[in-house]
Amino acid sequence: MSLMQRIRLIFSAKANKALDRAEDPNETLDYSYQKMLEMQQKVRRGVADVATSRKRLELQMKQLQQGSDKLTNQAQTALAQGREDLAREALTRKSGISSQLVDLQAQHAQLQAEEEKLTLASQRLTAKIEAFRTKKETLKATYNAAQAQTRVTEAFSGISEEMGDVGLAVQRAEDKTAQMQARAGAIDELIASGALEDQLSLGGGGDDIDRELAALSSGSDVEAELARLKAASATGAVTAGEAPKAIDATGPAAVADQADPVVQPAETEEPS
Amino acid sequence: MIVRILGEGQWDLSDEHVEALNALDSALERTVEAADHDAFTPGLVALLDVVRRQGTRLEDDSLVESDVILPPSDASLEEVRALMTDEGLVPD
Repeated sequence: MSLMQRIRLIFSAKANKALDRAEDPNETLDYSYQKMLEMQQKVRRGVADVATSRKRLELQMKQLQQGSDKLTNQAQTALAQGREDLAREALTRKSGISSQLVDLQAQHAQLQAEEEKLTLASQRLTAKIEAFRTKKETLKATYNAAQAQTRVTEAFSGISEEMGDVGLAVQRAEDKTAQMQARAGAIDELIASGALEDQLSLGGGGDDIDRELAALSSGSDVEAELARLKAASATGAVTAGEAPKAIDATGPAAVADQADPVVQPAETEEPS
Repeated sequence: MIVRILGEGQWDLSDEHVEALNALDSALERTVEAADHDAFTPGLVALLDVVRRQGTRLEDDSLVESDVILPPSDASLEEVRALMTDEGLVPD
C-alpha cells in the first residue's frame, strides 16, 4: 500500500474510533461540533504561544545586535588609538555574537512560518466549523436517526480529517516552539550568568575592552601633561636653577603611576 | 481524486494526473524505507508540487473526506515514517 494511502488510513481509523463511541447520530453531531470548538481554541492558543516565542527571540536578537554594534565601535576606537590587539579582541567577540545572531534569525524565520501556518489552519477550521454547524442543523431537521446515519458519517469523516490535520499542525508547532524555547532559555541564562555580560553590558560601558580604551585615553592625557611639564621644567631649569627640577622629577613620576588602568576606575565612565 | 496535503488543505486532482502522483508516491515511499535522506526531500517536494499545480483547490468550508493524504511540506523522513505507521503523531 502506498505512502499516501497509509497516512489516510491512519486518519480514517481515528475518525471511525471516535464515531463508534456515539450511538445516536444526533449525539455524534453535537459531540463533534463540541470537539471542533475545542480544537479551535487549541489552535488559537497555539498561534498565541508561537507569537510569544517569536517576540522573545526578537528581544534577544535586539540585545545581541546592540552588543555587536558596541563591539564594532570599540574596535574602531581601539584601532584609532593604534591598539590593533584590542580591536582584534573586540572583533573576535563580535564574530561569536554574530553566529548566535544568525542562528536566532533562522529560528525566528521558522517560528514566523509556523505562526503563519497555524493562522491559516485556524481560518480553514473556522470555515469548516461554520459549514458543519449548518449541515448539522439541516441533518437533524431533515432525517430521522436511522436515515441520518450515513450522512452524519460523511460529514463527520470530513471534519474529523480536518481536526486530525489541525491537531497535528498544533502539535508540530508546539514541538518546534519547545525546542526553540530551550535554546532561547540557554541564551538568557548565558546573558544572566555573565558569560555574555561583557559583550552585552550596553549601558555603562564597563567591560574590559572599555576599561582598556579608557585607560588608553587617560594614558595619553597623562603623556600630554607629562610632556607639558617636562617642557615647562626644562625652561624652569634654565631660569631657576636646580631646586625646582628635583620637585618636578617626582611630579611626573607620580602622575605616571596614576595612569595605570587598575588605579584609574573613575575614567571608565567615559563613553566608548 | 481528493488529495489532502497536511497543514495546507485539500485539492481535487483529475484522473489524468493520478498516474504521475502514484509514481512519485512510490518513489517517495522507497526513500522512506531506504532512509535515503538525500532523495527524500526532493521527492516530497515533487509529489506535493504535482498536487498544487495540477489540482483544483477545494474551498475552506468543504467537508469532504480525502482519498489520500500527503505529509506536510516541511516533514522530515522520520516524521513521515511515523505518520505511516501511526506512532502517535496524529492526535486522537
